[in-house]
Amino acid sequence: MTTFWSLWITVLTLTCIALCAWILWANRKIEKHGDANEEVKTTGHVYDGIEEYNNPLPKWWFYLFLVTIVFGLIYLVLYPGLGSWKGLLNWTSVNELKVDQEKARADYVNSYDVYSKMSIEELSKNDEAMKIGFRLFANNCAVCHGSDAGGNYGFPNLTDDDWLHGGTVENIVATITHGRYANMPPWGEVIGDKGVANVTEYVLSLSGLEHDAAKAVEGKVVFDTTCSACHGMDAKGSIAFGAPNLTDDIWLYEGDRETISKTVRYGRVNRMPAQKELLRDDKIHLLSAYIYSLSR
Amino acid sequence: MTQPSEQPESSANEIRYVNLYEPSSKIYTRKVQGFYQRLRRYAGIPLMLGFLLMPWLVIDNRPAMLFDLSNHKFHILFVTFWPQDFILLAWLLIIAAFMLFTVTVTVGRVWCGFTCPQTVWTLIYIWIENFCEGDRNKRIKLDKQPWNPEKVARKTAKHGLWLLIAFVTGATFVGYFLPIRELLSGFFPSFNEGQIVWHTPAAAIFWTFLFTLFTYVNAGWLREQVCKHMCPYARFQGVMYDHDTLYVQYDKARGETRGARKPTEDPKAKGLGDCVDCSWCVQVCPVDIDIRDGTQFECINCGLCVDACNSIMDKMNYPRGLIRFTSEDELATGRTNFFRPRLFGYLIIVLVMLGVLVYTIYNRSPLGVDVLRDRSARMYRVQGKDIENVYKININNMDRATHTYTIELDGDLPYTLKNYRPMPIIEGEVFSLPIRVSVPKTAIQHESTDLIIRIIADDNPAITATEKTVFMAPQQR
Repeated sequence: MTTFWSLWITVLTLTCIALCAWILWANRKIEKHGDANEEVKTTGHVYDGIEEYNNPLPKWWFYLFLVTIVFGLIYLVLYPGLGSWKGLLNWTSVNELKVDQEKARADYVNSYDVYSKMSIEELSKNDEAMKIGFRLFANNCAVCHGSDAGGNYGFPNLTDDDWLHGGTVENIVATITHGRYANMPPWGEVIGDKGVANVTEYVLSLSGLEHDAAKAVEGKVVFDTTCSACHGMDAKGSIAFGAPNLTDDIWLYEGDRETISKTVRYGRVNRMPAQKELLRDDKIHLLSAYIYSLSR
Repeated sequence: MTQPSEQPESSANEIRYVNLYEPSSKIYTRKVQGFYQRLRRYAGIPLMLGFLLMPWLVIDNRPAMLFDLSNHKFHILFVTFWPQDFILLAWLLIIAAFMLFTVTVTVGRVWCGFTCPQTVWTLIYIWIENFCEGDRNKRIKLDKQPWNPEKVARKTAKHGLWLLIAFVTGATFVGYFLPIRELLSGFFPSFNEGQIVWHTPAAAIFWTFLFTLFTYVNAGWLREQVCKHMCPYARFQGVMYDHDTLYVQYDKARGETRGARKPTEDPKAKGLGDCVDCSWCVQVCPVDIDIRDGTQFECINCGLCVDACNSIMDKMNYPRGLIRFTSEDELATGRTNFFRPRLFGYLIIVLVMLGVLVYTIYNRSPLGVDVLRDRSARMYRVQGKDIENVYKININNMDRATHTYTIELDGDLPYTLKNYRPMPIIEGEVFSLPIRVSVPKTAIQHESTDLIIRIIADDNPAITATEKTVFMAPQQR
């Protein structure tokens, strides 16, 4: 605030208060002509036959006005109000917010402290902890994995005990903390249209779905030489590569012929973002326990 | 048109100064006994006891009446009310207002004179004043005489008792917002490693002392000034009076011409009415008016002048009721008409509204449920041979106990509930539980099918709620 505006506001405020005080003081007595014993006159206002007396104001009311003026002056000394004057108490809304935030932070640390000392297995059986876990999940994870953690197209189901990157406590904590990245390269160019069609039939057969048996036999040859590098000879997947198990009829993308052949041809890239920077360790601890509990 | 200033002034008209701020004159009321005093006392005792004892009463391990502002809930007897029940409070206030209208139309401002806390506390304070300093004449004398030990003792006793009552009032009032046992025990600080520890929040102590101060100032010093200058009801109740409203009036026809006489004298022979002009009706008046001048806006219908006048009439062996609760019509024609549309209109409105309120509270469910379709990327999920939909069930437990809930599904499709994990939901908690509803692809006929979700408390099947939503499936080709 420039000096001019600061002065302007100060002068304006103080002048107004002084004017109020002057009006109050100047009106305490008036000159009146006439007989001292006459009755109080009406103001002359008449409405529906109701007239208004011109009675004096009670004195305590006058004192109340004085109290408000004194209160106002004390306020202006203690708190900011007169231009750039900061007030003796040095109050700012930012400071007030800071105090509240520190209190909230302390409350938060205290309440999470209890849970941080418990093991994930223990936490997964604690209803209170799991409620907090659910809320954390709803705020941070449900956007992709769904409110029920049942997954979405391209986002794994976390409730079926089928894990791309491992379902142990350590695996889950690592996944949330550091995120995951998995890449299936496109095979269309390498194995050709026929290869893609055959491998698709073979993959369908692995989960016992309806398939062309002749093509599946040819597909197995291609699979064993190319796909098995990551998915394994038994097609049960690999935690190291994040390659899914192809024999359990659980699909990250849908399990129909069209989708599978698209996956084989063009490949897939999938990323789970790291939460280390977003959530603190104690939140990840609780969240891991919640996710751990989902498939138990 | 002539300017008033141009007119010659008479010699009697002198210039003088008038104070525009009127110092209030102290009212010294005389003590009086009679029917309306007894009525007020006996009606007041249960109300006062109710006010004082209610915060101490415990129901379901919680205060019987507690307006728990920091936790956003009101415990009233057997029910706990939540912010979403606020409409009920609005209803209650509207009903209370209409009850006031009904009563005012019938018997004038008896609310002011008999039940308003301002009057009740003022009269308690006047009673104490009377007890400590004696009756009207003694008090006037005491105030005029110079300070001496007796005056100091009497004044100290009065203000001490006033403050004590004010504190009891303030603490009781705050006791409706903070459990009163906690509040009072918190007034005694404990010491911990040389530090004074206050267990009651500073805000509660602040409000207790503020209400103590306000009670003391209101009932001790401001008294009728509140009714005359602050209270809005006092002003608008006047417009509800009609010709058949019963209120305190002086029977002018019977009383005039007023004048002193001996009890043995026949007033008619002296040309006098029944009013002996003893001025008792003025001396007992807590708002300092003369009822014989006709009804005035200050009059709170307290009936003190009625009792005062009746006691004089008894002494004079005149019939009672020179000042009485009566209507304009009765004074004019001898009859009050109670059967008037205004009064019955108010009565019917009050009864209907009360009925609706009682019905609403009686049928109020302590379970609030909202069903939302999950806001995920896709509206349905294909899981093997099934189609799945996800819903979030927001459960608001407004009951006084922790509940776990069972979920039942109903509708035209063979719905299966999956992934429902029952959680104990504590009193007052709002928790959203996700559920997954699964239907075999083969059963689906439409893109959208109605789904009815019923939530039932495990330990009390009466606590239940039903919500309707839809089940979405891929387009059928």
